[in-house]
Amino acid sequence: MAEVKSADFKKASGRALRDEKLQHALEHVMEHFVGARAGIIESDFGDESWEAMRTRAAAIKQSTLEHLDYYLDLVDRSVRRNGGHVHFADDAAQANAIVLDIAKRNGVKTVIKSKSMVSEEMGVNHVLEREGIEPVETDLGEYIIQLAGETPFHIIAPAMHKTRQEVSSLFQEWLKTAPTQDIKRLCVYARDALREKFAAADMGISGANFVVAETGTVCLVTNEGNGRMTTSAPRIHVVLAGMEKIVPAIEDLALFLRLLPRSATGQRITSYNTFVGGPRAASDEDGPEEFHLVFVDNGRLNLLRDRVMREALRCIRCGACLNHCPVYQKIGGHAYGWVYSGPIGAIVTPPMTDMKVARDLPYASTLCGTCKDVCPVKIDIPRLLLHLRHKVAEGALGERSTTWMERLFVGQWHSAMRSRRALEGKANLGKLLTRPFTRGGKVRKLPFAPMVNGWTASRDFPAPAPRSFARLWREELAQDDTRSNGAERR
Amino acid sequence: MKVLRRLDVDVSFPEDQTCCGQIAFNGGFRSHAADVAKHFLDVFENEEQVVVPSGSCASMIKAYYRELFEDDPETLERAQAVGEKTRELSDYIVNVVGTSEVGAASEGLVTYHDACHLLRELRVKEAPRNLIGGVRGVELQEMEASDACCGFGGLFSVKFPEISTAILDEKLKNIAESGAGAVVANDCGCLMHIRGAMERRGMNVRAMHIAELLAGESA
Repeated sequence: MAEVKSADFKKASGRALRDEKLQHALEHVMEHFVGARAGIIESDFGDESWEAMRTRAAAIKQSTLEHLDYYLDLVDRSVRRNGGHVHFADDAAQANAIVLDIAKRNGVKTVIKSKSMVSEEMGVNHVLEREGIEPVETDLGEYIIQLAGETPFHIIAPAMHKTRQEVSSLFQEWLKTAPTQDIKRLCVYARDALREKFAAADMGISGANFVVAETGTVCLVTNEGNGRMTTSAPRIHVVLAGMEKIVPAIEDLALFLRLLPRSATGQRITSYNTFVGGPRAASDEDGPEEFHLVFVDNGRLNLLRDRVMREALRCIRCGACLNHCPVYQKIGGHAYGWVYSGPIGAIVTPPMTDMKVARDLPYASTLCGTCKDVCPVKIDIPRLLLHLRHKVAEGALGERSTTWMERLFVGQWHSAMRSRRALEGKANLGKLLTRPFTRGGKVRKLPFAPMVNGWTASRDFPAPAPRSFARLWREELAQDDTRSNGAERR
Repeated sequence: MKVLRRLDVDVSFPEDQTCCGQIAFNGGFRSHAADVAKHFLDVFENEEQVVVPSGSCASMIKAYYRELFEDDPETLERAQAVGEKTRELSDYIVNVVGTSEVGAASEGLVTYHDACHLLRELRVKEAPRNLIGGVRGVELQEMEASDACCGFGGLFSVKFPEISTAILDEKLKNIAESGAGAVVANDCGCLMHIRGAMERRGMNVRAMHIAELLAGESA
């Protein structure tokens, strides 16, 4: 499985904040996505219809998850009926073994891939390379980061952090092309290089945006047509999918294919919607001879089992929550340390990987709620973040992992807030302790409190008021309480 | 207090009140939060109406007590009853008292920051704007992205101060570019955050709670 580096969140986010080039890219792309989405929803539907579509999509996905056993069985039968094979993998290692087995059995030398986040979870490229099989990413963004040896920066725009200069240098190094700043030219270079791979590949690996239970159809949403090449040119087609990708019926796609591109890129429709029904039939002119659908669990059951977290599996990976998140807008995707970033990454990474390693992620949010408002399947992300925080603070021993400072703070707060008397006692102590550091009603630095120093590095802290409101009330305000002179109550 | 009394509202301040418990709840410490929230219910249960001057506290009481007490049906019922009669200050004045004119006066351009919980949890957007518009001598000047988070997020601001400050920088830039002499918000968290940074940087803009603006009398 891809390495989980989420324990470095704090350091990595600091590095991102100081990277000027990255900041520039983030600003530019986020603005574009946010504006495009808002514009197209406004012009096509208006808030009310959009809201109704989101509600319906959430209900369809949720009910599929509630009856997942039934739908998995239905997919299995549908795909077999179409002449394909279905595999179930508990984790990344099993999934990799299944892919490798198919490749070896068929003497595969070159694999072309269209974009698949599950394959990022699995780290399947490394596994193939180790066995002497060449994997080639064919989504332009994925291709660029494959050449750079990186992981996706964004769910739908994996190389958005790369400038044209950097892409040009990568192509010079790997494809031996001439330097250029012309984006069209760069696309032509990539296309030329990839055409050869498309023609030569023995196996295509794709993800799935949707898997239709009733028909066994795999639906891919791409903008470059590479998905169609990957699923039709090679002899063998392998689909890697999380089991949450299932929708019950082909009609459901009419809804989801409206929601997804608008939420993701602000497009009315994507350039290529590809529907794959299995291996080629005797009457087909082209298409793969073998078709395999691999369902990968890899931690998803941890989400499914948890009554609260289950709704995270409704996600259709549009990336809208990333684009609108004030935290993601500042630090980008790599700081989150695994495959999924932004708000959705913060809720799925800890349960899918390791709560202890990823314990910072549920806290990496201001809980501003924008993600929830833009989610096309209405995942209540703030609520799920709070649920995970509860696990970190008070969950089973294996999950509990707060710092001693946090526990001390909450303990003190708790004893202070049980009654007004206790609160005033603590407040007086606070006043006493902060007095030496107070200038003009402001505290600029407190030498004994590391948590407070995080605040005072960039912001003043208000010193405790000389008289609390409660005292003010007792001594002055209560006397002119209008209740005593019989004023009308509201 | 002054504003509510000016509107002939009979106001009291139950003296044993402390905190709604949000800070611990958001930190994940739900058992601590539940103790304090129960104290809140004890104190306010018998009041006719509860008015809260902060959007995030109001949303804790109205929305998140449901979550906190989901496994404690008895307290949940009490919490829901208190939640129903709880209103954020501006929402209360405009939608319960029924006025946007509180007889206040001040001067200059004022810009308004939408506190996240007030806007996206309680959906209060127009009430504070109407109140600002109702202050004699004041003009509301909208800033760019008034609904964007200020980066406070409670614990977030001390756990990840660098990210928090980077988000705040955006907000301060938008406040400055609005040209307003004061920024008004209805949330004590956002205000402490915005004010703390403006004072540190010597920005010549006041950060005011809406109650401060509405209490103003001199034109």
